[in-house]
Amino acid sequence: MHQTPHFPFLSIPTRFSISLMDPPELHVLAVDDSTVDRKVIQKLLQISSFKVTVVESGSRALQYLGLDQEKNSDCFGDLKVNLIMTDYSMPGMTGFELLKKIKESSTLREIPVVIMSSENSLTRIDRCLEEGAEDYLLKPVKLSDLRRLKDTILKTGSQLTGQTLTRKRKHNSDPSPKPDYHDQTPSPPSSPQQAQTKRARL
Amino acid sequence: MEQNHTKRQIKVTRNSLFEQGYLDEQFTQLEDLQDDANPNFVEEIVTSFFSDSTRLIRNVETALENYPLDFCKLDDYMHQFMGSSSSIGAKKVRNECTQFQEYCKARNDDGCIRAFQRVKQEHATLKRKLEAYFQVSL
Repeated sequence: MHQTPHFPFLSIPTRFSISLMDPPELHVLAVDDSTVDRKVIQKLLQISSFKVTVVESGSRALQYLGLDQEKNSDCFGDLKVNLIMTDYSMPGMTGFELLKKIKESSTLREIPVVIMSSENSLTRIDRCLEEGAEDYLLKPVKLSDLRRLKDTILKTGSQLTGQTLTRKRKHNSDPSPKPDYHDQTPSPPSSPQQAQTKRARL
Repeated sequence: MEQNHTKRQIKVTRNSLFEQGYLDEQFTQLEDLQDDANPNFVEEIVTSFFSDSTRLIRNVETALENYPLDFCKLDDYMHQFMGSSSSIGAKKVRNECTQFQEYCKARNDDGCIRAFQRVKQEHATLKRKLEAYFQVSL
């Protein structure tokens, strides 16, 4: 029996098969050195129907992901990680350094990494996007941020290309209404555009 | 009758915390995350915050006793403080932290010390007010 797809993007080939009639629970690894922020992000993610693992540092995150040890790549913690969300400012290994390590790893580079930061800095945002971050969320993170993130991850099946970033970053020129990206502080519109241009040239 | 009075009290107390600028929208976001499965979520987060921030205050106090002042370290502590204040919507506390960071950037000893007194003051006030609020609302 032919199952009629209800969503047009089903025709886009995905690298792994997911049944969109029954969206899988995505597993997020959240990294933050702040106890308060860990609790909040955990709750936000749970409410948004993600499976959550929270760790307090970049090195713990790498351990969980199996990078840090001599163990073979079968030991990926308990579950495959579909998304990593990390705070930027952490002692020891910063979120940026963690991002780099993940993107440098052949086994982990496909996992989307989102940076969370209280700093609304163009330079920082650019650096993170350039290094391959999927998104840069201003703290405190909101439910709407996670809704948007979830949509992106599910649609692209976590295979990210420059295309995805280009589609997402057009919040100035895009005619369709989108949730306000930086809704707390004045949005720096030129930065995402710049990041988008840089991506296109690569 | 008794119950209605308390409900009204709770509402008034809560509203005044927002009106007087102690709390901002982020606190409401946390309240929205609270449900029957986690009826004490906000209180848990707030308790975590005061536990963390009390520790940070002690660290800052120690750092302020060592001359010359290590502005880097102080700024770092304040960044953490500000981060968690932001996360619970502690508006006045967060603003005082920002002031402190300004004095850190300016490497102003006296400014830092004064600003820190205000941080402690706002912190203590908020703690008192939130404790009272949770007392009546739970």
